[in-house]
Amino acid sequence: MIQHLLDGILVGSILSLGAIGLTMVMHILRFANFSHAELLSIGAYVALVFDQMFKVTMPLMANAIGSLSMTWALVLATIFSIVFTGVSAVLFDWLVFRRIRQKGEELSMVFASFGLALIVRNLIGLIFGLNTKLYSQDIVFATVLSRDPLLVVKLDQLATFSITLVLMVIIHIVLSRTTFGYSLRAVGENPELAQVNGINLERAIMAVWIIGGGLAAMAGVFYGLTNQINPMIGRDLVLPVFAATIVGGIGSIYGALLGGFIVGLASNLALIILPSGYSPSVPFIIILAVLLIRPNGLFGEARA
Amino acid sequence: MIGIFSYIVFFATIASILAIAVLGLNLQWGNTGLFNGGVVAFFGAGAYGTLLLGGSPQPDHIAGFELFYPIALIGGMAIAGILAWVVGILTLKMRHDYLAISTFGVAVAFENLMRNAEWLGGGAKGLRGFERPFRESLGDGFLYNSVFLILVLFCLLATYWFLEYLVSSPFGRLLRAIREDENAARSLGKNPAQIRLTAFVCGSVIMGLAGGLYGTFYAFVSPQDVLPTLTFQIWAMLIVGGAGNNKGAVLGAFLIWAAWTFSGWALSRFAPIEAQLYTGSIQYVLIGLVIVTMLLWRPQGLFPERLVVSQSSLR
Repeated sequence: MIQHLLDGILVGSILSLGAIGLTMVMHILRFANFSHAELLSIGAYVALVFDQMFKVTMPLMANAIGSLSMTWALVLATIFSIVFTGVSAVLFDWLVFRRIRQKGEELSMVFASFGLALIVRNLIGLIFGLNTKLYSQDIVFATVLSRDPLLVVKLDQLATFSITLVLMVIIHIVLSRTTFGYSLRAVGENPELAQVNGINLERAIMAVWIIGGGLAAMAGVFYGLTNQINPMIGRDLVLPVFAATIVGGIGSIYGALLGGFIVGLASNLALIILPSGYSPSVPFIIILAVLLIRPNGLFGEARA
Repeated sequence: MIGIFSYIVFFATIASILAIAVLGLNLQWGNTGLFNGGVVAFFGAGAYGTLLLGGSPQPDHIAGFELFYPIALIGGMAIAGILAWVVGILTLKMRHDYLAISTFGVAVAFENLMRNAEWLGGGAKGLRGFERPFRESLGDGFLYNSVFLILVLFCLLATYWFLEYLVSSPFGRLLRAIREDENAARSLGKNPAQIRLTAFVCGSVIMGLAGGLYGTFYAFVSPQDVLPTLTFQIWAMLIVGGAGNNKGAVLGAFLIWAAWTFSGWALSRFAPIEAQLYTGSIQYVLIGLVIVTMLLWRPQGLFPERLVVSQSSLR
């Protein structure tokens, strides 16, 4: 039970990172972006490529940090991956979404995001192969927190969780204390009015894609670190991440944070009563429950 | 020679079945502006429903009510409709994202349920024990398939006529009115949520019919038949054919299914052996490219919706 809670929180932090970017895009661009989870996939693979490269070129960096399986090479690779993924998110917008947005079809954007997700997911499979990959081939031993009840946790998971918490505090400060944060929130509330007040809409949209892509890249690396990397990351995470945004209320960044943890916890706690084969369905059950009890999510407001 | 003929019959049967599903999607997306991300769930509900109701009893799952075939097929359609009603009533009052995400979730959950619940649909092994109607008199060969193709074509034509009638009726005008300007429709005293729900359920029942025919044709259905791929194929058919145009929807279904089967054949024939594992990925990239490029360069499809005079002021 407590083990499930622990795992749930750790998975939840990954989902939160994915959901923040998604909820911002859905709020400002007003469409359900089904290709968002592919950004996690891109992030994980790009970090893998750079990680291997740094390990070969700078052998000193291949040493693990403390007792983590994370290496300095991977840390550096993650930073590169954040930039790369943010840029590819902007690129996708320029290539696909902006053009469709200019025609004014919200529904077409949703379809296009599905098409884009199919292309990205399968190109990753074609380039990197369909088999699973790992950042480190070493066996990572879990640390036993207590014997009765048995509680184990991987140090990587704890590191992931703490980094997520720090990121969340940074996001909170940026959104609530800086002019840049205000402008993003203004665009989300009312794009026309924000423009009247001198906010550059195109630049705000670009910023949202870069932030969303960057957070997704981190989530992807953390997922790869605590699970494994395969081309189906996007397919497997798209529904949980959407569930997190719906639980939190579409458009609410704090809602997405909390939603990620709720979905992570609920998915792990559900394993107590459901056979594990059913776990892909759990996010859908959560979505249904939210729609029944609180249709606009925890922090969302009704908007047509 | 008979080989070519029987292949054409086989191809036309599957393409026509898919065309029925595309027509159902056209009612939802093309005419009403509803996003259905889980076409395969309603297709699958029809297939599983029909085989469960019409099949013979099996020891390991609840199948086998041995109902008269048309009743089993209608039952399968009804199950698809009930599923759509439940999803629709929860989501259609909200902004359109919710319908997109929930329908996508239904498809994931449906496949997951069918794969795991052995008592219900036989699990990963699939659903057996269904006997195709009139098998004693028609056998299993070319004759049966030809007769079945006629049945499928009849269903396709019936669906087509029904939808053409529906679209030109006052109800069809109402659907387009809601799609184009919901507030204007509401100001005229219409109830958009109610009408959307009707159109959504109706379209899903049509998808259920397609699924039921598909299950009947193979006398077997398994979780492999309800993978998200089918949803993407059906979308590509509608996007290529032209959303809002029933004729385009049917032609798009034949076109994309021909392209899909041809690309599958060509890849398996000409791709080097070490690349065979990846032919599926190549096909998915192609279908993704078809969807995205059509939306970018010709969003109205090859056969655009014919705008009625009263709509000429739009756009």
